[in-house]
Amino acid sequence: MYSKDVMEHFMHPRNVGEMPDADGVGEVGNPVCGDIMWIYIKVKDDRIEDIKFKTLGCAAAIATSSKVTELAKGRTLDEALDLSNKEIVESLGGLPPVKIHCSLLAVDGLKEAIHDFLAKNKRPIPDKLEKEHQKIKAEKCETGSHDHNDQ
Amino acid sequence: MDNRRVYLDHAATTPVAKEVLEAMMPYFSEKYGNASSLHAFGREAKDALENSREKIAKKLNAAPEELLFTSGGTESNNLALKGIAQNKGKGHIITCKIEHSAILAPCRLLEKQGFTVTYLGVDKYGTVDPSDVEKAVRDDTILVSIGHANNEIGTVQDLEAIGKITKERGVLFHTDACQSFTKEGINVKKQNLDLVSINSHKIYGPKGVGALFIRDGVKISSQLQGGEHEKNLRAGTENVSGIAGFAKAAEIAGEKENARVLELRKRLIKEILFGVEEVKLNGHPEKRLCNNSNFSFNGIEGESILLRLDMLGVACSTASACSSHSLMPSHVLLATGMKPEECHGSLRMTLGRDNTKEDIDYAISAVKEEVANLRRISPFWRK
Ligand SMILES: Cc1ncc(COP(=O)(O)O)c(C=O)c1O
Ligand code: FES
Repeated sequence: MYSKDVMEHFMHPRNVGEMPDADGVGEVGNPVCGDIMWIYIKVKDDRIEDIKFKTLGCAAAIATSSKVTELAKGRTLDEALDLSNKEIVESLGGLPPVKIHCSLLAVDGLKEAIHDFLAKNKRPIPDKLEKEHQKIKAEKCETGSHDHNDQ
Repeated sequence: MDNRRVYLDHAATTPVAKEVLEAMMPYFSEKYGNASSLHAFGREAKDALENSREKIAKKLNAAPEELLFTSGGTESNNLALKGIAQNKGKGHIITCKIEHSAILAPCRLLEKQGFTVTYLGVDKYGTVDPSDVEKAVRDDTILVSIGHANNEIGTVQDLEAIGKITKERGVLFHTDACQSFTKEGINVKKQNLDLVSINSHKIYGPKGVGALFIRDGVKISSQLQGGEHEKNLRAGTENVSGIAGFAKAAEIAGEKENARVLELRKRLIKEILFGVEEVKLNGHPEKRLCNNSNFSFNGIEGESILLRLDMLGVACSTASACSSHSLMPSHVLLATGMKPEECHGSLRMTLGRDNTKEDIDYAISAVKEEVANLRRISPFWRK
């Protein structure tokens, strides 16, 4: 069900950990299934110098978190904000359709961390980022109907 | 770690036992007759069919004529529920919230068709209180359907107590015994059962074979129209090889193996509860199937742990939201009062015939290792 790259990142996630002296922290929850991701960034000259994450979630959530940190590290803040869900999914060799939402978690986490950094440093926040920040904060758990395949 | 492969998903399905496969083989290319045919080929098949019926009926303390063969647990449940409902025409059905979807889905359909259904709640162990059944019975109640043992958490219900009530109140009593057949005592007389669903692939028989016990005198409407097979109640040429395998599987199942599995299961539960922090056993501590264990690990998600264990050769199952298409946690765990986040880290390990003590020890250390690995990645774990 998962690609080789997803399994590889899931089994050996990069940049796992916390960062007590982080410049920006993003804490996001997946509104769909209730998973959680924390992402920490260290910023130098508007570049992401270091990045760490912790995720409670499925294999797709863990793999995309790992991939996001890998892709974001070394990028400027603007470049990091350009990272799209699509790019993450493609760079992991795809995800099953039901798992696409998990990759949003990681992208949102990174945006939140950058938002936090800009806000803390009283820097102007791009409109688009502010809107996304508001949306992420507002999202609540949605519930659907149950359809496990009982065995 | 070695290259061990440990199958701990026997509640999902079991391998076909060697003896079972042997019992099935003659009915493919040698004794391939149609049990309805009058010639010698047909009679051979008919004999196999009736011998099988007798063997399986005996396990339920039923008469052979009271047993009807089906394509499995799903069909047996559908036939029982819809067959009774259609025969009565209208009325009220009592079931419970933790039933298998092969009970819940037909019940929902019957609701759409005008029947009313009461879904009884369960306690934190997944037990149905028989007095709740008593309270729910109404003048128009036609059927009570309570599963014998739950497929996820293994909790076993007190059929005898429920059967007493249904008998007193004059309503029919059905149980889905797919998980409990040959593991827990089923005695249709002692437990006052009117209908019982069982299947073969949970007891080392082939998939796609099952049976429904229908007490003599209980009227049901057939759900498959066609030939006059199975007393006109289930049309279709009988799956003779499968049925012969089912009977063999029922015959070889026994107390000794159940006791052996129970010891291994106890070891597994004990080692995990003592050896892992912040873990909870789901289901009843004692009144549970001999082969079932189901845990919730704090701070991690079930699909992750399942896949990590799979990489180590250990096959289990989870009821976490992330593992379902709807992204909803299991209805069974929710019904026991667990919060969605507690259902998140659920892991079911169900043991079986081929598991050895070494397998279990390997699985225990694999679980310990991978729970620790995932907690290291988890934001909810700071140690
Ligand atoms: C309790 C219960 N009922 C019904 C079924 C369905 O049986 P089958 O797979 O034979 O249709 C199963 C197993 O999947 C089960 O565990
Ligand atoms: S994090 Fe729940 S499905 Fe991926």
